[in-house]
Amino acid sequence: MSPMYIARTREVAARLLGGEMMIMSARDSTLFSLNETATAIWQAADGVTPLTEIVERSVCANFEVDPVAALRDAEELVEGLAKHGILKVSNQPIAEEK
Amino acid sequence: MSALIQEMSDKAQRLGVPLAVQFDLTYRCNERCVHCYLDHDDRGEMTTAEIRELLDQMAEAGVFFLTLSGGEIMLRRDFFEIVEHARRLSFCVKLKTNAVMIHQPEAARIQALALDSVQISVYSHRDEVHDAITKLPGSLKRTIAAVRLLVERGVKVVFANVLMRENFQDYPGVQALAAEVGAQFTIDPTITPMMDGNRSILNLNIERAQLQQVFRDASILGTSPQEFCAPPAGPPTAEDAQNTLPCSAGHTFCYVSPYGDVYPCVQFPLPTGNVRTSRFLDIWKHSPQMTEVRSITISDLPVCSTCSHGEGSCSRCPGLAYMEGNMRGPSSQDCEKSFVRTGVETAGMSIHREARLVAGLVQIRNSTERPHSPQAV
Repeated sequence: MSPMYIARTREVAARLLGGEMMIMSARDSTLFSLNETATAIWQAADGVTPLTEIVERSVCANFEVDPVAALRDAEELVEGLAKHGILKVSNQPIAEEK
Repeated sequence: MSALIQEMSDKAQRLGVPLAVQFDLTYRCNERCVHCYLDHDDRGEMTTAEIRELLDQMAEAGVFFLTLSGGEIMLRRDFFEIVEHARRLSFCVKLKTNAVMIHQPEAARIQALALDSVQISVYSHRDEVHDAITKLPGSLKRTIAAVRLLVERGVKVVFANVLMRENFQDYPGVQALAAEVGAQFTIDPTITPMMDGNRSILNLNIERAQLQQVFRDASILGTSPQEFCAPPAGPPTAEDAQNTLPCSAGHTFCYVSPYGDVYPCVQFPLPTGNVRTSRFLDIWKHSPQMTEVRSITISDLPVCSTCSHGEGSCSRCPGLAYMEGNMRGPSSQDCEKSFVRTGVETAGMSIHREARLVAGLVQIRNSTERPHSPQAV
């Protein structure tokens, strides 16, 4: 299976509030509140680190979770956020937006 | 307000975070609107470097919703540099502008900024009425041309239609124009005093019968007129009064002027500090004036806590009350609105009426004495 790369888009507003990331999509003004683990994934979405590695480093190392379940949850999260233009997803590393 | 935004706002309040800020970049303007509450002279606006530093501090403090307003914001030559910096800091940015300086290149840059929205003042769908208010010939044509450019590019545009005697009859026309160009429409039936306390522009406010018409127009209420104008629910319970805050000013919201002065709200000109001499977060957290504003609950409002309008039909603005002389007092403009909505007099109105009556009686009793002022009664 090819690796999945994720990158934050610039079409969002975001702020950490009490440990949870508030994200507003500029595309449709939808507001999201990410819990701590989702926040960790979003913050680590640099376009060059594969999702498996992000989950390993940012989720499994810091939270008591089953690695398989964590990756499955992360993929679902990524899919949901990508639909609203909050994350970009690719099977290739993603260049930083200028 | 969505449940999540309400939850976010409650959380910010618990944590003492200034979730939303209105920041006026300049008071200079290329229009001279008859109802404007600002002094348009430049009395020493913050520099680009000062503004960038302030935005950094606001982001660090947790500000999420940032409204950039004026004056006309695009009169600042560094306007795009400021907004681009704000977006790099991930603020949810809303602009307030008259849009007359927006052409193709500016529209393209605004689109690229992925803003929340652009709010544009439109007073009428007729050139002669709009331009007579802005005192800028050709302003409506230029504004609408800019609106079309923005909407074509997918930018969310919101018309702000301030109602005055001069343009009251035109709001359905503005509403129709908004629909035609693909903009959203909001209405504001209140003219507020100038920031220096001058109340002369209040003469422009629409008449009671006109306000009644607005409050019964389902097309602009967002709810049914029956619900909006329902009789008041009675005074708040002691527990509610103790736990209910007057509004978000000073709690999760504040205002920063082009000179760096920080106030609880743009309509609440109580000076609390200046970001040129103190850090934004220090003013927010430790200013005695902010602390005082934050300490006030409904139970501290001697008149309003007894008023039958309670929360439901009252939209009391503590800033307007402050401008009338007492931040814990009623705001007569909001009392008027509550009355027009429901037909039931507010506690503030009763007190003013009784005060006028007593003042009159004193005059009759001894015509050589100076009458008591209503405030003294």
